[in-house]
Amino acid sequence: MAGYIDGLVQDVRSGKTTARALVEQALEKAKETESYHALLSLTAERALERADAIDQTIAGGKAPGRLAGVPFVVKDNFLAFGAPTTAASKMLEHYDAPLQATAVEKLEAEGAICIGKANLDAFAHGGSTENSAYGVTMNAHDTTKVAGGSSGGSAVVTALDVVPFALGTDTGGSIRQPASFNGVYGMKPTYGMISRYGVVAMASGTDVIGCFAKDAADIALVTDVMAGQDWRDMTTLPDFFAPQDTVPEKLRIGVVKDMMTDDVDASVRQATEAYVGRLEAAGHVVDYVDMPIVKHTLAMYYIIVPAEVSSNLARYDGVRYGLRAEGVKTLAELYGKSRSEGFVTENKRRIMIGSFVLSSGYYDAYYNQAQKARTLLIEAYNKLFESHDVLISPTAPTTAFGIGENTDDPIKMYLSDVMTVPASLAGLPALNVPAGEDTSGLPIGVQLTGPQKSDALLIALAQSMEEK
Amino acid sequence: MTDFHDKYDMTIGIECHVQLATKTKLFSPADNDARDAVPNTKTHPIDFGLPGMLPVLNREAVTLAVKAAKALNADVAEVSRFDRKHYFYPDLPNGYQITQMYHPTILEGWIDAPLEDGSSVRVRINHAHIESDAGKLTHFGGYSLVDLNRAGTPLIEIVSEADIHSPAEARAYATELYRLMTYAGVTHGDLYHGNMRFDVNLSVAPKGSSTLGTRTETKNLNSFRSVERAAEYEFYRQCELLEQGERIVQETRGWSDDTGKTTSQRSKEDAQDYRYMPDADIPPVILEHAFIEKVQATVPKLPSEYRQEWSELAVDKSVINSILADQQYAKLVSAVLADGGLTAAKRVANWIASSLTIDEAGSETMNADVADLLALCAMVDANEVSSNAATELFNDLMAGACDPRVLAEQKGLLQNSDEDAIGAIVDAVLANPASQKAVEDIKSGNDKAIGFLVGQVMKDSKGQANPAMAQKLIRDKIARS
Repeated sequence: MAGYIDGLVQDVRSGKTTARALVEQALEKAKETESYHALLSLTAERALERADAIDQTIAGGKAPGRLAGVPFVVKDNFLAFGAPTTAASKMLEHYDAPLQATAVEKLEAEGAICIGKANLDAFAHGGSTENSAYGVTMNAHDTTKVAGGSSGGSAVVTALDVVPFALGTDTGGSIRQPASFNGVYGMKPTYGMISRYGVVAMASGTDVIGCFAKDAADIALVTDVMAGQDWRDMTTLPDFFAPQDTVPEKLRIGVVKDMMTDDVDASVRQATEAYVGRLEAAGHVVDYVDMPIVKHTLAMYYIIVPAEVSSNLARYDGVRYGLRAEGVKTLAELYGKSRSEGFVTENKRRIMIGSFVLSSGYYDAYYNQAQKARTLLIEAYNKLFESHDVLISPTAPTTAFGIGENTDDPIKMYLSDVMTVPASLAGLPALNVPAGEDTSGLPIGVQLTGPQKSDALLIALAQSMEEK
Repeated sequence: MTDFHDKYDMTIGIECHVQLATKTKLFSPADNDARDAVPNTKTHPIDFGLPGMLPVLNREAVTLAVKAAKALNADVAEVSRFDRKHYFYPDLPNGYQITQMYHPTILEGWIDAPLEDGSSVRVRINHAHIESDAGKLTHFGGYSLVDLNRAGTPLIEIVSEADIHSPAEARAYATELYRLMTYAGVTHGDLYHGNMRFDVNLSVAPKGSSTLGTRTETKNLNSFRSVERAAEYEFYRQCELLEQGERIVQETRGWSDDTGKTTSQRSKEDAQDYRYMPDADIPPVILEHAFIEKVQATVPKLPSEYRQEWSELAVDKSVINSILADQQYAKLVSAVLADGGLTAAKRVANWIASSLTIDEAGSETMNADVADLLALCAMVDANEVSSNAATELFNDLMAGACDPRVLAEQKGLLQNSDEDAIGAIVDAVLANPASQKAVEDIKSGNDKAIGFLVGQVMKDSKGQANPAMAQKLIRDKIARS
């Protein structure tokens, strides 16, 4: 069934509206919602030029693409023209990208129009968008609460209807958790499904590109446009994504018990159970499954990912581009001061953890051990998927927490990733589906996880539940 | 200097960086030939380490590594991987070098390096890994400039076992490695531009000792001669320290061709922790047996195969080694052997070895048409040219001339072997009163005097008389007189 975006494209193509009108409307909406601080920059000039070009294409009777005139927002760690790519850090405050990310190029080739760049935790390190060097983004439903993160800005602009879809990156939950906190869909695809080329790297082994939208069909459409092999990213897989209109009957769905413990908010568990009830009512076969290794995944994640972070951030040294400290006398000072000024506390914390776990004498005890545990996690998933088609759990243990509530306690902050990190480490597709709200009206999300390459099935399942 | 060789043994292992002859860099589409280019013009955003850039492995580099494996008698790993080696330096844009720490593409192997006395030394190869080069810094007063043209250039680093025990062996190993890598087409082998760089690890220990001494690493030697000299110097330096009761410091040292000395650069205490980790941007390289076979089948003849092929030429080993210094010459000798047989090949081999200047590396190679060379050999066989004239004509052919007969005519180098014509000159010489003393000497058994008479005939014939024939006619005529 066609989604919201399909309808917009039909209207643009039929002349009922124009690309320019959609872009102007999005820019206006962005201005109205400025106080949420979801966007770091607008790419208005370029967006309007592109809109006019698309309107002319249509006027000339040519095919304008599957996303003709649809405005969107990218997380500001995508290289994209029209405004600097800052990764929400001082390090890249004035960094103008010389080229665009493959994902952005593919969307533009289908006529989509990037209108702005969304806030994030600096270099995508965080789960609340409080680690941005440019200020905190507020939750779309309660401005005293966090947006979630690290793709907080993208989730909020989608929830506030500034744009029909927005791009994010997800390394350990950075799309799913803010989607959950803001009540929108957020898709983390199979690792390697969408090119990472032109996206500021966080952890090369788990980084994926994905999108936020308000209905499942939109997720399918945008994902379909972005998916596919890219010679510029050797880890991409040959295109396997094909949107599904229907879902098989009697899917075998497992509720992960280890993600439904007392540590999870009661309201979140109840919402999950309610969703599970609806799945059963739709004829699917549901049972509860054990996955004891889940409790070790945060430990694995916070060894492997900081290790990669320490490596991927080594290039920001003040020598060739980016922030370069003034008044330094030696090379060591240039490195030390530039990196000290350019990175936020959470960046530094991860660089230090990562450097430590990779250092001589500790590599085997930490990094190697974590990789071995990761293999066990993948095996545990494989075992579960022998008997199950889809796993379900909450996306986050809580609804959006208060701004400032967890900033002094990194461990507590990291715990909000506990449900999302396992699929990241295993490279699996996982989708946040809005599933009600708690007593104070904050959104709750459930997470559907499937085996590798089951992306289309997860989206179709969510869509089938929308209609009920 | 005292001769320490009776008292100490040296143990040497060599690491050699070979720049691969690919068109583009190891992980970017930038031009791999940065020689004499304006700084930072042979670069791509990947080489600059810009945000969002990802490495794309150059297939050709892997193919060349597979060829190198054949030349090194080494197995190719079915699965190899890339790792990151971290350190901060302005010529290293990503803050890490991409290398193969844990799973190199080229596994154990060996090579036999020929020595001057005709024997050879077998050096085992521990492994060879593929890695990317760093850029270049140029230091000025108060500032330094970065040139990333070379950043990302593909290398293989060939790591030998410590099987080398003299400077001469070290040089022989380096030389043979050079031949193998250039013959196999792995590298252009331009030593002047650093296409092959050697690091010499050397330690000394008292003769008969079962434990090795502390080693030093002398880095970045770019000629065979400097490998030999640096090894020689380090051996004596370390021996002298030991004689004085001092300890050898494990360190990296640099070599100066000008002073002929090594100097300390960095001690082990300053050694960096490289924080190696697998590079998740690059999937494992999986090489199937069929692919390896197909690639290795394209490797041209290697020096050992030429040596085998020329075993019946009966020329000196030094002749063979000097020909092998240049693949072009080796090909030529084999082509002559195939088309013209042993005698011709032997002639050409000797001409090459005796009359061409063969640089260790990078000399301008000359070449000639095989048919022309065979024609020249035939002229020598038929006594149509003298051996001096033949060498001169050979050099002309190698420098691009053709048709040796026309050439010899033009230069007046053709020998006169017409018995009547030479006989007339001989008659005239013998009739000359100035020759009478020599004639008498010969008659009385002093054969040496014939040289004078032959010389006169050559002079009167303007050098064109066949000297052997002249001599024969002189003898005949004196005997008959």
